[in-house]
Amino acid sequence: MKTAVIVFPGSNCDRDMAVALREVTGRDPQMVWHREAALPEGLDLIAVPGGFSYGDYLRSGAMAARSPVMRAVAEAADRGVPVLGVCNGFQILTEAGLLPGALMRNAGISFVCRDVTLRVENSQSVFTSGYDSGEEIVIPVAHHDGNYTADAETLDRLEGEGRIAFRYWGEVNGSARDIAGIVNEAGNVLGMMPHPERAVEPAHGRTDGRRLFEGLLEAVG
Amino acid sequence: MKTRVYVTLKNGVLDPQGKAIHHALEGLGFSGVNDVRQGKLIELDLADSVSDEDVEAMCRRLLANTVIENFRIERGAQGAAQ
Repeated sequence: MKTAVIVFPGSNCDRDMAVALREVTGRDPQMVWHREAALPEGLDLIAVPGGFSYGDYLRSGAMAARSPVMRAVAEAADRGVPVLGVCNGFQILTEAGLLPGALMRNAGISFVCRDVTLRVENSQSVFTSGYDSGEEIVIPVAHHDGNYTADAETLDRLEGEGRIAFRYWGEVNGSARDIAGIVNEAGNVLGMMPHPERAVEPAHGRTDGRRLFEGLLEAVG
Repeated sequence: MKTRVYVTLKNGVLDPQGKAIHHALEGLGFSGVNDVRQGKLIELDLADSVSDEDVEAMCRRLLANTVIENFRIERGAQGAAQ
């Protein structure tokens, strides 16, 4: 599996993501700087990592979403290449219009940094095939702007089309319908606030995130 | 020419920051504050050739996230930056 990790000024989970991808796929991902207008050929996965791209200026993810590389990411997503956005990556994907809705300041104002229990709502996507639907997993979150918001019609559509990948089990940040992760209409773009790349090795304390990458590897080869 | 863009949260969108400010005002002893909503003011210094349509496009494509925010453009606010 050939993978790439997009790196923005202010990304800080890019290397964690790279380690997780190497650990599971056995190959180093290509690190792609945000100024690149083109992506490497033949990618099987593009990861948009967490962090604080552009210092969260204007809105979290707003500046990164307009950087040159995101045009190439959008084109790849259109062609069906799987795109995984974690935390700031989720914010960037919504700002770029690759996923619906927006991520606002946490309802409790505080930065939330802890393990959370998630319910896998749909194990049919390429990102969640390593899990069972309805399964509970524990993955850490670390964010200030994770409060998922969309209009009722959009939320109903996400529910109806099975596009809610993960839901928080209990209150975390005020997200509408406890949404922790969603996929796009075609199913090849996933945005999630929790950090699966931080739960890959036993040394992390938890390994529930590993199956997301293993499932991807199995699904896309 | 100075142009001001006011970005505010849409009605119905919860504003946790406005809520915190509201609580802080009450904590300071100010009464009669019914609600607080926080927004942004963005000042642009524009060439005269920049059209209203251009400014609106700037708002739609970057300055505001129209999923959750409204914007209002105020053109020609002379000396706005002072």
